[in-house]
Amino acid sequence: MKPRVFAAFVAPSLLMMLIFIAAPLVSVFGQSFYVTQPVYEQVEVETCTPGFPTANCVTETKSQPVFDAEGRIETRTIFVGLDSYRNLLQLDRVGGYLASGDWGAILNVDFWAALRFTLMFTLITLPIVLVLGLTIALAVNNAVKAIRGPVIFMSLLPFIITPVIGALSIRWLFIGDGILTVALEQLLDRDIAMFAQGWTIELMMYFYRVWHVAPFAFVIFYAGLQTVNQDTLESAIVDGANRWQRLKFVVIPHLGPLITFVALIHLMDAYRVFEEIVGFSSQSHVISLQWLTYDFLQPDDAGNRAISRASASAMLTMIGIVILLIAPVRRAWREHKGVR
Amino acid sequence: MATNTLRQPLSLRLASGTFLAVWCLLAIFPIAWIAVMSIKTPVDAFAGSFVAVLTGPATRAGGQGLSVLDLVLGGAVVIALTRWAFTGLPGIVRRATPAGWIALGWIVAALLYLALFGLVVLGVLPQLLDALDAVAGPLGVPVIGATFEHYYAVWVENAFWRNFVNSLIVTAGVVTVSLFVGTLAGYALARSPSNLAFWLLIAALIFRALPHSVLVAGYLPVFINSSDWLAPIFGEAAPTLYGKPYAVIAVLVAINQPFTIWMLRSFFQNIPTELDEAARVDGCTHFQAFRQVIMPVMWPGVITTGLFSFLLAYNDFLVTSLLLDAQNQTMVPAIASYFNRETTTTDQVEAIAAAVSITAPLFILVMVFQRQIVSGLTAGAVKG
Repeated sequence: MKPRVFAAFVAPSLLMMLIFIAAPLVSVFGQSFYVTQPVYEQVEVETCTPGFPTANCVTETKSQPVFDAEGRIETRTIFVGLDSYRNLLQLDRVGGYLASGDWGAILNVDFWAALRFTLMFTLITLPIVLVLGLTIALAVNNAVKAIRGPVIFMSLLPFIITPVIGALSIRWLFIGDGILTVALEQLLDRDIAMFAQGWTIELMMYFYRVWHVAPFAFVIFYAGLQTVNQDTLESAIVDGANRWQRLKFVVIPHLGPLITFVALIHLMDAYRVFEEIVGFSSQSHVISLQWLTYDFLQPDDAGNRAISRASASAMLTMIGIVILLIAPVRRAWREHKGVR
Repeated sequence: MATNTLRQPLSLRLASGTFLAVWCLLAIFPIAWIAVMSIKTPVDAFAGSFVAVLTGPATRAGGQGLSVLDLVLGGAVVIALTRWAFTGLPGIVRRATPAGWIALGWIVAALLYLALFGLVVLGVLPQLLDALDAVAGPLGVPVIGATFEHYYAVWVENAFWRNFVNSLIVTAGVVTVSLFVGTLAGYALARSPSNLAFWLLIAALIFRALPHSVLVAGYLPVFINSSDWLAPIFGEAAPTLYGKPYAVIAVLVAINQPFTIWMLRSFFQNIPTELDEAARVDGCTHFQAFRQVIMPVMWPGVITTGLFSFLLAYNDFLVTSLLLDAQNQTMVPAIASYFNRETTTTDQVEAIAAAVSITAPLFILVMVFQRQIVSGLTAGAVKG
């Protein structure tokens, strides 16, 4: 294919990605160094209260927003350098906590609390998803042909359900005296309020994410299991390998690339954890990095959006993605050069 | 693989069977349970025991319920209609549509079928069953509490259908545009081994990993002020992009592109290059070969990718909630207004009914397209 033909085919897609993905990235990077604020002017106001014999007059300087010709509040954009980042990271406060040995207090700063949850969420759900997905795939592969279709059908439901709705459906099982809370209370013989403290909400979030993603891992692994080399398996049996050894030395190495694939996709998606916060309304207990940016973008009571701080937190979120992707991209490049 | 050496001991088979049963129960329980809750009065929906929620005594006491006759007859009609959709309908579509128009034929058939289903199940059946219940004696007495008042409240009183229409517009736009743009790029990427193609794919991979809030942080100020900076081009009529469905369609298409081109590329790679070469030898340009030779055999891949585009657009919360205003809100962000204000239990059950309404199309989607969804999931992974 000639370069010109290639360019013509790729152009529409490339253009969309440049305008709507690359350009916003650059603009977010720029925005994070600027703050747009209403312009305030200092006005001397004399307020008088009736008094005797003379009125009590106080002259004070007040600052009030400037309005332009159309009656809108005039805004001004100023360069603030790294101020938005500083606001977000609050390094001096964090340094103080570190110095005083009060490590847990770092989590009082929103950004660090969000980072803590996002990383823990990603790292805790990853192994559970992989193991559960593989176990379901092995079990389905073991089952009689007739039930495989229905099992795959039922497994796909948690995967395709709208994430917010999925989180809500689990929340409704537990909220207040929800059916599962009552069941748990009877089981443990004590009062349980699942939404009163952070860690129980976090548990439900982990549960939701595993429930939501395990089907994806299952389908991929199940497809991989269909192509396991039967000859290798049989020679392993001849060599006296037991079931566990066959799984460990034949099946899992065969699934290796798929496990990497699922892990990579899961890391990318779990790092973006967001819908859980909305679905479980957990913002007063647990927040994630993407939710932090979302919250800055929401208009506050005065209708202002903290664009600058949102941009700064977006850029900081990006750093994690870059770190995550360095290794797979390098590997892909080596393979690409090898193929050619 | 019928060799005796591979036969498993009973205990292992039993364990794996039990595990599967538990997993299936776990997979469908939350979804099935909210479906049950949505047709009960609040007292029953949030009752403490499983039996009470399932049978709904308070709902039944209110005079709303299904009798044995309703369950048997109504169930039979619904099952028969569903079965017919998979057995009878395909044949009719194939016979009634001229060759080459099969896609259009299916769309028309699906719409007609939905209309028929709605007419029978929501229109004729309730009337008929009410009349029958009155004369059926003990068989006509309600045994299971069920009420559809929450659905009525959500769809009619709270005008949820507006959000449904908005969702329809956004998803239809996203699927059409991203398939159109994506097939072109996917084809070129599948046929070009150049370094440029490689770096494009890598860039797409990185773009796929970006949190969507990062991108929205870039759009928001630009979209809100767009009437200012578009004024030199459009003059007075310069639109404010914020709150416009077409702006959201463009954004979602772009966000969806990385995934779309990766998936379409792997489907195109499965089509042998000999096919292009034969067409080229016969004098086709690259575009003609693509249009007339490759696309006709690409339909499975296009349908699968379209499904995933649909899911992304339909399921999106973050982008639509930030870039659309209340008038143009789609279904998923609109539901946030229910659970945020859930002051009474009736509100909560209405929120549940709305949630079930959002899930129902997805359920149908899996039923119809299970094979394509599975093939789409594995396309990217197994073939590299």
